[in-house]
Amino acid sequence: MDRKTKILLNVAAAAVLSLFLWWAQESFGGYRIQILNLIAINAILALSLNLIYGFTGMFSLGHAGFMAIGAYTCSILILPETQKEMLFILVSPYSWVQAAQAPFFLAVIGGGLVAAFAGLLVGIPLLRLGDDYLGIATLGFAEIIRVLANNIPRLTNGALGFKGIPDYANIWWNFGWFIITLYCIARIINSNLGNVFMAIRDDEAAAKAMGINIFRYKLLSFTIGAFFAGVGGALLASLLTTIDPKMFLFTLTFNVLMIVVTGGLGSLTGSVLASIGITILMEWLRFVESPIFIGSFELKGIPGMRMVVFSLALLFIILFRREGLMGMREFRWDWLFGKFSKRGSANGS
Amino acid sequence: MDRDMILEARDLTIKFGGLTAVHSFKARIGKGSIVGLIGPNGAGKTTCFNMMSGFYRPTEGRVIFNGRDITGMPPHLVCRAGIARTFQNIRLFGNGTVLQNVMVGCHVRQKSNWLHNLFYLPSNLREERAVAAKSLELLKVVGLESFADEKSRSLPYGAQRRLEIARALATEPNFLLLDEPAAGMNPQETNELMDFIRKIRTEFNLTILLIEHDMKVVMGVCEHMWVLDYGETIAEGPPESIRKNPRVIEAYLGEECVADA
Repeated sequence: MDRKTKILLNVAAAAVLSLFLWWAQESFGGYRIQILNLIAINAILALSLNLIYGFTGMFSLGHAGFMAIGAYTCSILILPETQKEMLFILVSPYSWVQAAQAPFFLAVIGGGLVAAFAGLLVGIPLLRLGDDYLGIATLGFAEIIRVLANNIPRLTNGALGFKGIPDYANIWWNFGWFIITLYCIARIINSNLGNVFMAIRDDEAAAKAMGINIFRYKLLSFTIGAFFAGVGGALLASLLTTIDPKMFLFTLTFNVLMIVVTGGLGSLTGSVLASIGITILMEWLRFVESPIFIGSFELKGIPGMRMVVFSLALLFIILFRREGLMGMREFRWDWLFGKFSKRGSANGS
Repeated sequence: MDRDMILEARDLTIKFGGLTAVHSFKARIGKGSIVGLIGPNGAGKTTCFNMMSGFYRPTEGRVIFNGRDITGMPPHLVCRAGIARTFQNIRLFGNGTVLQNVMVGCHVRQKSNWLHNLFYLPSNLREERAVAAKSLELLKVVGLESFADEKSRSLPYGAQRRLEIARALATEPNFLLLDEPAAGMNPQETNELMDFIRKIRTEFNLTILLIEHDMKVVMGVCEHMWVLDYGETIAEGPPESIRKNPRVIEAYLGEECVADA
């Protein structure tokens, strides 16, 4: 199959997706639409973490930090000035915070860029560290960001956070950004640059001997990942319309990590499928937290029970299917059509 | 050796703590030659390789490559300068396909950057296609083109060695360091390897330095060789003189054998 057909098929797939979204918007209630929105944002976050961890092999736990940076940056840029005046009740904001304004699209990009810049800054010292040490250091980075958000009230309104952020992030924006993310990361992964990332993940010494400046490419991957994490955070802020530092705890990173591991480290398809699956399960499993009646016997609902179920699920994945849903395989049009033609020839004979 | 020098090692010495792994290693390697580095296990051969390819910085001494001082350069710049190497314990990118492994080698000579990838620039697309074609061409040279889409870690041992050489050739080197290319090969494969080494030398205009334990290979293809023992260079010369050198026999077989001979 040549490249032009594939591009056409991709465009067609995007058209089918938008038709579905249009239909969903007409016929779904607010709750289901919210789930769709979360699927798109989770997919953006999972793809970006997969680029860093799955494809380049850098164990990073800093995603909540990048998301926080993206969320705060975007919120400051889209909150109307009157709303800001109402929010900052304890201390007055910096004048540039008060004055900052941008249209939503630029605000999201801004959130991504500031997160990417932060990624670049922490990446320069941290990416010299190996596996587990990098994980610990990036976890520390995410916590530092959260503590800073708590303690610079003139910038972030401290523990009160922001409320009444304009809810621009509808399904069109979210899925639009999802497509942009998927396109960018897939382009990188499928080019020779993707091979270079894979080489760094599989064997650093051999990659060095192949003339690859390991540090530079790790930094590149980390920064691109941080950019899309920031974008995801920005969209999430506008979707939820309220953010505060407590939202960006480690559990947020953990959720994204769970999606990436479930989908398969090193598979974009896996990340997208797992985002859909886990986001839906996350909502559907709410019933385990509500009281359950078995005959006349009542089991009291325990809040947080969902996470226990997920932890168990993750445990089982790690024990029995370590490579995740897709392993390192990807969805390819050739594969799909191969199935069809095989079935066709089987029917024929 | 009256030909132009391509690589010169000037008194390379490296110490790890109190241990002198290699002491005052001297070598002048002429353009287009095939030369060897031999010695018992732990003699410091791979350490010499690591100093020439930038993985270790020598404590003393200099490495001059094509008239340029490359001592202490990081490995990726040494590779860019034109030195490629393979590893004693094969180091492939195991999760990548055979073709991808070779394509990674091509990357160092690629001009476009990651932004070109994002925007579907025609120049970038052309380059990516050229890289894939060139990699396939190299796989043909080593006879692995039919495995192009297999995972590299699923290849048999000998094929993995050849893939490592193809990958090294993809970086367009002038100087190739082969670390025990015949390890684990049967006599038949070893014979093929000798022809193969001569073939790539002429085809790619290379100078080749190899570490090898298989005396048949070393004596068969090398024009000149150095013998290391405990980090010291104990002999140097063409294969015939090395074969008769008593110090070499002693290093390999022990003292009594020399007395017997």
